[in-house]
Amino acid sequence: MIAGLTVDWQTVTDAVALGAIYALMAVGIGLVFGVLRLVNFAYGQLIMAGAFALALAGEWNWPVWGGILLCFAVVLVLSLLMDRLVFRPLRTESPAVMLVATFAVAFLLQSIALLKFGGLGRTALSLASLERPVTIAGVDIRKITIVAVAATVVCLVTLLVILERTEVGLHMRAAAMDFRTARLLGVRASRVIGGAVLISGFLAAVAAIMLTVEETSQVTPAFGLDDTIIVLAGVVVGGLNRLLPATLGGFAIGFAYGFLGGALSSNQSQYLPSFVFGAVIVVLVLRPGGLFTRHGQGAIERV
Amino acid sequence: MSEPALVVDHLEVRHGAVDAVRDLSLEVDRGEIVGLIGPNGAGKSSTLHAIMGLVGVRRGDIRFDGRSLVGRNPEDVARAGIALVPEGRRIYGELTVEENLRLGLAGRRSRSSGDDHLERAYDLFPIVREFRRRPAGVLSGGQQQQLAIARALVADPAVLLLDEPSLGLAPTIVDIVFDALASIRERGLAVLLVEQRAQRTVAFADRCHVISHGRLRVTLTPDDAEDTRTMVAAYFA
Repeated sequence: MIAGLTVDWQTVTDAVALGAIYALMAVGIGLVFGVLRLVNFAYGQLIMAGAFALALAGEWNWPVWGGILLCFAVVLVLSLLMDRLVFRPLRTESPAVMLVATFAVAFLLQSIALLKFGGLGRTALSLASLERPVTIAGVDIRKITIVAVAATVVCLVTLLVILERTEVGLHMRAAAMDFRTARLLGVRASRVIGGAVLISGFLAAVAAIMLTVEETSQVTPAFGLDDTIIVLAGVVVGGLNRLLPATLGGFAIGFAYGFLGGALSSNQSQYLPSFVFGAVIVVLVLRPGGLFTRHGQGAIERV
Repeated sequence: MSEPALVVDHLEVRHGAVDAVRDLSLEVDRGEIVGLIGPNGAGKSSTLHAIMGLVGVRRGDIRFDGRSLVGRNPEDVARAGIALVPEGRRIYGELTVEENLRLGLAGRRSRSSGDDHLERAYDLFPIVREFRRRPAGVLSGGQQQQLAIARALVADPAVLLLDEPSLGLAPTIVDIVFDALASIRERGLAVLLVEQRAQRTVAFADRCHVISHGRLRVTLTPDDAEDTRTMVAAYFA
């Protein structure tokens, strides 16, 4: 396999960009998991909806910023609806019920997209200029790589400030550790969950915009689905119940996926998903709590 | 408004098919400490959980300042002015001591700055001030118990519920905890104290209810503390 590797800087920078986008998605999934103990399988469909918003705005000849705004609006409204109609009514049900409910939401959104836009979907080209490279120190780097890394850093630093320096951030951290005690102290559950869902949706919108440039401009009803499954694997490998390990897990699997996908020849890279998920299984057998968690931190307690 | 601050009125709580609390009535007024003692599984914690809205009330009523609390969320009960120091302290070990205290501010009724509240809590428990920048997990059990009480007090509640605050503490620390409760009473709070240390609680509280199998058996006053026979009889009634 090593014999087939062709490594150049382009491959590495692309992999960094994909890792950055996946890290954002990992944070989005991890935040909601923290307060709801729920893996939101419909996260990919939020990204898909955002990408469709971007594509449609392009078809309607909206300016680029208009398309970006529409993307954020659609994803945030969908996130809030998901919270109100699914998460909140089912919050006290068993984890299995909630998990199945998010599957139902995922299929529902995908089916709506399929009926409305067909299997081939639409094309999102408004940001295609970011595909072009700039040359830095003799290395060609696509603009999207720089934008993706910058957007990720800005989002993560902002989130860190919110979590560490604000009252609602403190409430979110406490709720993720012990929700019942937080409520006994007067922390409002609906506000904490609503906040986490909104931030998670915001990150999904950012990821949607980046993925239409980084991966493919072809927005189909399955857009974002593979990415979400890979990110989920990364989040679980990193350690689901803590934000930093989950983020590192998301970045690591995005980087590995992008790197191997670029470096392997196409008749080898078709085995890439099997290889990555095989590696996930090995990691989980050896370190069930996650790759980036310290010993004893892996246990997940449901409140 | 002549009614005491906290009134539990013919309360009935069920866990599945089991009656946890049956026909329990008690009152706590401002400036009063009322004890609730009894063997394990007697329904002491269930009573506190029902007041906080953690478990459903099957029959009866719980009133705070004359308004019913039944059917309210735990956060709403807390924000109305009732604070619980939970069993096992439930300190956030990974957060700093001060962050733990700031969480307690979530339950305060006024939107005033929380810093005065923090200062008052620090004055009551100097050890909490000393360690305020450290992760709460490094505190000893006794220090964590003081932090748990301080965290409940920063919300400036009218009613303070404590679920076995002396559990697992060394006698000298128990003294600190009980001294703190005495000064909390002087602030005019209504205190409901669930305890295992029967004799000490009977001697300390204004009155002390003994419950077993979910029912109130007898009410003791500090004068009964020396009368071991009455207490033993009450326990095994």
